[in-house]
Amino acid sequence: MGDGASGLNLGQEAEAVRVSRREFIKRVIASGAVASAATYVYGGLSGCAKQGGSVAGGVERLISLNVNGQVRRVDVLPQETLAMTLRYKLGLTGTKLGCDRGECGACTVMLNDITHNSCSVLTHSVRDRMVTTVEGVGGPNGELHPVQQAFIDELSPQCGFCTPGQVVSAVALLKRNPHPTRDECRAAMAGNLCRCGAYDNYLNGVMRAAGTGAA
Amino acid sequence: MTYKLLGQDFTPPDVLAKVTGTAKYAEDFRAEGMVFCRMLTSPMPHARVRAIDVSAALALPGVLGVLLPSEVTPVQEPNPPILTDEPQFVGAPILAVAAVDETTAQDAIDLIKLDLEPLPFVVDPLHSLHPDGPAARADGNNVGAGGLKLQSLKWTREDFERAQPGTMPMGKSAEDWSYGDVDAGFAQSKVVYDDSFVTASNSHHSLEPRSTFAYWQNGKCFVHGSTQSQSFVVPGLAQYIGIKPDELVYISEFCGGGFGSKGAAFPSMAIPALMARKLNRPVMMRVSRAEEYYIGHARNGFQGRIKLGFGADGRLLAADMYIVQESGAYNGFIDFRNAADALSVVYQPLAMRWRGIPVYTNTPTRSAQRGPGENQIACILEPLMDRAARDLKIDRVQIRNINAPQTGSKVGSNRRNVTSSYLRDAQQQGATRFNWSERVSRSGERRGSKVTGVGVGQAYHPAGFNGFDGLVRITPDGKLHIHTGVGNLGTFSHSGTARIAAEVLQYDWENCIVERGDSRKHLPWNIGQFGSNTSFTMARTNYVAAMDALAKMKEIAARDLGGHADDYAVDGTRIFARSNTHRGMTYAAVAQRAVKLAGKYSGYELPKDINPMTRASATALAGSGLIGVAKDTLPVGGETAAFACAFAEVEVDLETGQHRIIEILNVGDCGTVIHPMGLTTQLKGATVQGISIATLEHLIFDPQNGLPGHVGLYQARPATYLDVPAQLNADWVNKPDPTSPMGTKGIGEPPLGAAASAVICAISDALGGHVFNRTPIKTDMVLNVAMKRPAAHSPLQVNTD
Repeated sequence: MGDGASGLNLGQEAEAVRVSRREFIKRVIASGAVASAATYVYGGLSGCAKQGGSVAGGVERLISLNVNGQVRRVDVLPQETLAMTLRYKLGLTGTKLGCDRGECGACTVMLNDITHNSCSVLTHSVRDRMVTTVEGVGGPNGELHPVQQAFIDELSPQCGFCTPGQVVSAVALLKRNPHPTRDECRAAMAGNLCRCGAYDNYLNGVMRAAGTGAA
Repeated sequence: MTYKLLGQDFTPPDVLAKVTGTAKYAEDFRAEGMVFCRMLTSPMPHARVRAIDVSAALALPGVLGVLLPSEVTPVQEPNPPILTDEPQFVGAPILAVAAVDETTAQDAIDLIKLDLEPLPFVVDPLHSLHPDGPAARADGNNVGAGGLKLQSLKWTREDFERAQPGTMPMGKSAEDWSYGDVDAGFAQSKVVYDDSFVTASNSHHSLEPRSTFAYWQNGKCFVHGSTQSQSFVVPGLAQYIGIKPDELVYISEFCGGGFGSKGAAFPSMAIPALMARKLNRPVMMRVSRAEEYYIGHARNGFQGRIKLGFGADGRLLAADMYIVQESGAYNGFIDFRNAADALSVVYQPLAMRWRGIPVYTNTPTRSAQRGPGENQIACILEPLMDRAARDLKIDRVQIRNINAPQTGSKVGSNRRNVTSSYLRDAQQQGATRFNWSERVSRSGERRGSKVTGVGVGQAYHPAGFNGFDGLVRITPDGKLHIHTGVGNLGTFSHSGTARIAAEVLQYDWENCIVERGDSRKHLPWNIGQFGSNTSFTMARTNYVAAMDALAKMKEIAARDLGGHADDYAVDGTRIFARSNTHRGMTYAAVAQRAVKLAGKYSGYELPKDINPMTRASATALAGSGLIGVAKDTLPVGGETAAFACAFAEVEVDLETGQHRIIEILNVGDCGTVIHPMGLTTQLKGATVQGISIATLEHLIFDPQNGLPGHVGLYQARPATYLDVPAQLNADWVNKPDPTSPMGTKGIGEPPLGAAASAVICAISDALGGHVFNRTPIKTDMVLNVAMKRPAAHSPLQVNTD
């Protein structure tokens, strides 16, 4: 059912931009680079249309995103958050929405290896960055990331809803600090709320993955 | 007793999906043609809808329809309605709008003209008990939660005037009980205390909001919900939708937290189902975090008065407790009664009186929250035990030991006996491991602005029910399928209790499959996953089903191989004659024979006493293997009880009012241990939530306008990584409950109250034994004590920040 399957796209707006989208695709094919064209349209990372009073229907929406190492073409509304794009356009439902306002961390993803709350990032602002979700932290053939394996070994999750965010935060931490102390883990994970209260078990998991004890 | 599986760690089958993000929660499902709906919720705490004009909303392109209060299944008062034209709290759903996308639905809601007549409202139960006070309901009734008759109950002016300033008036109660001679007990007491107290209400904060997705297909309604129970949800949800239970397909394989708020079906689940039927399209209703604070339930708050009398030896001779419960706008929960049971069992007062009133307020629906009543009251009673210990010069662990229950001790008004209590073991084991005697010697030590405090706390909760059904199946490939109707609350007890069935049949866990989370998997009737009951209740159901399977296996073996059924034994893959182990057959062969024999062996003939849901499930499975199915009619020995005892050391900063937990240990009395890692996560998770209710969480309503001040996580304050120590400690008393087939019982709830009260007692200890009589303990409260200033609130004030 195409765009309709996402449930988020507006049939009429889709009609309105169809022509320009076709033109856009042509340009993409010609240039081989969506990012540069998009940068031209939006002029930066703010995620907002830059000049001349652009309106919702008037901006290019078909963009390419680098998600989990793959270039994904996706039709994105100007006000759309990355969490919604991942969950409703790209089928990556591992990224959870716990609050949709940057309080809980369930939607944590990495942008160029730095953690962000994807509920509070506009998708248009990440076109030139590498997006990594929980689905993308493992190996190319489905191997678990050591953090994921450690979370299993330490029985870190309880209800599991915050777990993808905890995984991504832990992976990002170990990328920049492969041998953290327990307190450093705690500080790095502090943006990830766990209502089940499994903090201790998650910290055990991160320490195990880091190979620095607690295992 | 040595077990093959019980007491061993294992990797529950659902963990992998949780760490990879492939676990599907309600909002992760999609269907062809899916649309979205949004609720219009009440901006007023109490109002009557005079008129609704949805014409502009319906004219908006992309809008597909509205669902009005008149179109939903009526719900019997005083249960919360699905949609209402007389909202009784801010955030009560009035109507819903569906559109091709969520933004359009919300735009449409903004176009709806709602004419509301404001009605009187109340956010403080004591105000509603005052003769001039408002009632939360338009019919004038202010009392009726917990199954009581709807009624108007007012105290007299004299009741209020008679109470000393700061003490709770005690007018007519809605309910009471007593045993023993309370007055004589106080007369004999060496010390008597009379305190008024407040425990704040707090949200469940389930990290997954209660989003629901529904669609209709071939005459059945498919609902993907977020509930901590599976089978238990079906009858209630079917009723909300207005269909028969067998017309509902319910899927809740994963649930992102419930803590009591998602134990049974809840009204908002019906909105997308009814909207989907109206539109003939799949409907997703995403519930926002703010809406979760409206319709997501909360713990009942207490205002109360407690009088305790102790003998010189520290024994609690008499207790007299009065609880006014804030029940929210609808039926609330029975916390006010549970608190009385907890007092009666944990401290075994020789005489006790209890009075209670559950009062409606124009605040969100209350429901059970992990240790509902037991854990609030632990936060109040444990510091009072400390005060008695100080005054009587008894060690604080010792005074708890003196009053602790033992197996067979009594609980509650009807003096039921507890099936097991090893609370004393937990106290002693914990005191030793925590190094209590050494730590307590540092109590009150000051370094700069910081003072050390140590505390011990305890709590109780019933730990099991009986009378539900078990269903297992050995398929012709020899595998054991354990069909379980419990939910996935995150305790892993769906699999933990499944291992009871595996244990009976001596199965290797690799050959077991847990069937759960989707009514199409043909699940038995089980009670919900709440009330610390699963590890007892479903241990029994899985035990009786496996025993039924074992009996049938033996009958088949005797039939095919000769001899008596009792001559046969099993080893996990084969059934064989004890006298000649070569005379036997594999489980696979037995299952194949069961299929051929049909009748009772493969589910064509079923026990008469099983629930219709179990009957339908077993019938659907008939012929697919050897079916073990039975209702739990095992003997009942009294009140199954679980206890926990926690120890904490804190450092309180007298200049900031902040505290830091140096060490915390939680020890559970949980019967035979099924799954040590799972048990550890429960004890530690409860510790975190205990710290949270002790010092952080609250609901707060503006008394002038009835508006909530806690519609974000940062306002309602569940504990984060930084609010708890980086290392928590857990331990347990591994002693079996005699009424459970393998000695197992629940433990989910008591460690929360134990941890909460241990932290409160430790903070109190650091402040020289100051008793706050209030939760949560906030920094300003600590500072005022440290500075010897009066508290910023009056003793019975609610909605304080």
